[in-house]
Amino acid sequence: MTALHELTVAELSKALRTRTLSSVELTRGYLARIAQHQPALNAFISVLHDAALAEAERADARLQAADSGPLVGVPIAHKDIFCTSGQKTTCGSRMLANFVSPYDATVVERLRAAGVVMLGKTNMDEFAMGSSNENSYYGPVHNPWDPGRVPGGSSGGSAAAVAARLAPAATATDTGGSIRQPAALCGVTGMKPTYGRVSRFGMIAFASSLDQAGLLTRSAEDSALLLGAMAGFDARDSTSVELPVPDYSATLEQSLKGVKIGLVKEFFDSGLDGENEQRIRAALEVLREQGATLREVSLPNLPLSVPTYYVVAPAECSSNLARFDGVRYGYRCDSPRDLLDLYRRSRGEGFGAEVKRRIMTGTYVLSAGYYDAYYLKAQRVRALISADFERAFHEVDVLIGPTTPTPAFELGAKTADPVTMYLNDIYTIGANLAGLPAISVPCGFVQGLPVGLQIIGPHFGEPKLFNVAHRYQLETDWHRRAPAGFA
Amino acid sequence: MSLNRQDIDKIAQLARLALTESEVSVYVENLSRIMTLVAELERADTSQVEPMAHPLPGQRQRLRADAVSETDQHQLYQRNAPQVEAGLYLVPRVIE
Repeated sequence: MTALHELTVAELSKALRTRTLSSVELTRGYLARIAQHQPALNAFISVLHDAALAEAERADARLQAADSGPLVGVPIAHKDIFCTSGQKTTCGSRMLANFVSPYDATVVERLRAAGVVMLGKTNMDEFAMGSSNENSYYGPVHNPWDPGRVPGGSSGGSAAAVAARLAPAATATDTGGSIRQPAALCGVTGMKPTYGRVSRFGMIAFASSLDQAGLLTRSAEDSALLLGAMAGFDARDSTSVELPVPDYSATLEQSLKGVKIGLVKEFFDSGLDGENEQRIRAALEVLREQGATLREVSLPNLPLSVPTYYVVAPAECSSNLARFDGVRYGYRCDSPRDLLDLYRRSRGEGFGAEVKRRIMTGTYVLSAGYYDAYYLKAQRVRALISADFERAFHEVDVLIGPTTPTPAFELGAKTADPVTMYLNDIYTIGANLAGLPAISVPCGFVQGLPVGLQIIGPHFGEPKLFNVAHRYQLETDWHRRAPAGFA
Repeated sequence: MSLNRQDIDKIAQLARLALTESEVSVYVENLSRIMTLVAELERADTSQVEPMAHPLPGQRQRLRADAVSETDQHQLYQRNAPQVEAGLYLVPRVIE
């Protein structure tokens, strides 16, 4: 019999509803695995042992009463950027080390209503700024495939937890690749929905025109199931979109015959590791055999996505993080001399190096005399990049390329120079700038480390992304591989 | 693109961030590198392009009815405050 922690959310859902398994039994099993592996991986910031068991008991009562919701009793983890009522939400920062959320984020509220059990809050780069999880105040997360390497970031804890079978699924957020890049580096499935598809209410803001909540799971099928419960209009998020949520599970199995796939020429650049590229090309062959047609498309402005992002994101970050003033909540320095000293030292001591770097960059590009040259210029280039995508989607149904240039790198390898770290998101940022949905799925290994295939769709094209990813996962078993020691 | 210590001091002042001497040196170097990367944007001809502030064009800002939707929860919210007295947030004296 398959071990409990090897079952996907879809499989767990069946087992719970047919009552061959109780939520308490399942939750206990996961809590034991977390306790066993947390010292080596550091994937969690808080583990909600007692609360999880209480939720599991309630879920079992619902299942007993034949409440047939597909997620009742399924345990998951939340990235520690989502407010969870009555529990700590640190956002990976010293600034919020003692912050107790007064309310639930909409994502948390909806999943709670669907009956999921919350195992704990996962580790992350501070305020979701980073690509390696090395910027967490709570220490780095280790990649389950090689503990000397990073899990990616910023949702590194969520990705490592799912890869190591410490949770069947985890929520995450993606501002420039923070779901897809760790998904690729940890060998799991990472979904960033269309901007506006999932509510941002109660999700601590980094860059409001780019932030989007999504999922790290072991399969596209699981992602489809969970996104259905998370997505939808929320009046409390001013950019939430009023569109019905399709049944993502219903279209998973559709044939790929005639699906037009565009290979993004700019993704196959000199920065792409040769062996990574081979895995991507092999994955494309699998899709072609399924009846999809391939053609190359060019997005000429895409190479400017990294500089565009590093103006837009820090600008929005410097504005959003102005709220942390040491007065209403969060860290306050000792014995402030006056109000200005209170602001400056609370922020200087409460924020880590990367967060301060981005606040500084953002403050600079928004300051008098530079606003037009940097901020407005970046917004104009953002429009060009967005238009490139729009043109491409007149010709093809989805775009495909690698998720990252290389597999997971070693801890400490890119911390000396921020720009080297930023370039790690070169293939993922475009989808954020244009607000497009994108998914990363495991497509092989290079020297024992997972490689991710990225599929990008037009606005609200999630059903096609899930469909292509699911058909690929029916033909391959990369997504079923577990790291040694975690099977 | 290169920034100097005075630039960093000025930005830190605007951003209300107290930096140590060693942080200032690091940020002089970091921000110069980042702004060199950003300078690549000059390559793009954007003379005919409107700035894009929002990724879903055509979305309109919704308005809500002017009706009470929130209740007073200041006691709950102030549990997270560093220093509170009589329902007020305490800060160092501002006016002598």
